[in-house]
Amino acid sequence: MKARVQVMLKTGVLDPQGEAIRHALGALGFDGVEGVRQGKVIELDLAETDAASAEAQVTEMCEKLLANTVIESYKIDLS
Amino acid sequence: MKAAVIVFPGSNCDRDMAVALRAAGADVEMVWHKDDGLPRGIDLVAVPGGFSFGDYLRCGAIAAQSPVCRAVIDHVHKGGYALGVCNGFQVLTETGLLPGALMRNAGIRFVCKTVPLEVATTDSDFTRGYAKGASLRIPVAHHDGNYFVDQPTLERLRAEDRIAFTYGDNPNGSTGDIAGVLSENRRVLGMMPHPERAVDAGHGGTDGRGLFDGLVGALVSA
Repeated sequence: MKARVQVMLKTGVLDPQGEAIRHALGALGFDGVEGVRQGKVIELDLAETDAASAEAQVTEMCEKLLANTVIESYKIDLS
Repeated sequence: MKAAVIVFPGSNCDRDMAVALRAAGADVEMVWHKDDGLPRGIDLVAVPGGFSFGDYLRCGAIAAQSPVCRAVIDHVHKGGYALGVCNGFQVLTETGLLPGALMRNAGIRFVCKTVPLEVATTDSDFTRGYAKGASLRIPVAHHDGNYFVDQPTLERLRAEDRIAFTYGDNPNGSTGDIAGVLSENRRVLGMMPHPERAVDAGHGGTDGRGLFDGLVGALVSA
């Protein structure tokens, strides 16, 4: 299976990089961008074929390493 | 007093840390990250600054999973001392030994300058060598030094007097101007500024000496 993990800063945690992107977009003339949040996407190629088991494994990976849950939230998509 | 300085691929303040500890009277051993144990009889583990594992994923995240970090966690759980500076602070938060996380500087830019710090508590072996409220000048050099804790944690840190140092002029957006924070048992300190870069007058200042002299003095007499 393939897993796609999206890691984002939690709501309420200031994202300085997102803010810098928003300013740069404004400088390029893109008005009306009221907020930008930057995150990361991690794609995993898994040997596991059972979706429930894959989801459990990737959740554990997120909790232990892929996300820092003090400041980040994560979302897992399996395919 | 015996100290171990951990060396990761990408550490670059490990030798400075060893020099500062030796100048204060410590016996220092360098420990490579693949070692799965610490040398016998270690009182203090120092996790130095740098860019361990290229800051991949998040600063300190990969280092925190290395074999030697499991030994550092055991050492701390047994009551041992640990000092994390800059990337070392990031590693200690990633291991969960210290609360919070270090994020990208609020101003986006890498900040490299000497900054004013205030000694916020003297109730620790790391800060006993200073006067409370003393103003120090210590260099910072980081891109991800924006210390984040949520409001309840901030209140708890304040109530438990665990904020070791605060910035006089916050250079990175840190919550509560926090530059250094102590563990619950006050034996683990993480800080973004580099006291080991301020121990020789030839390098522009010696305000970092108080930390190493106070700490080594406390552990020698213990």
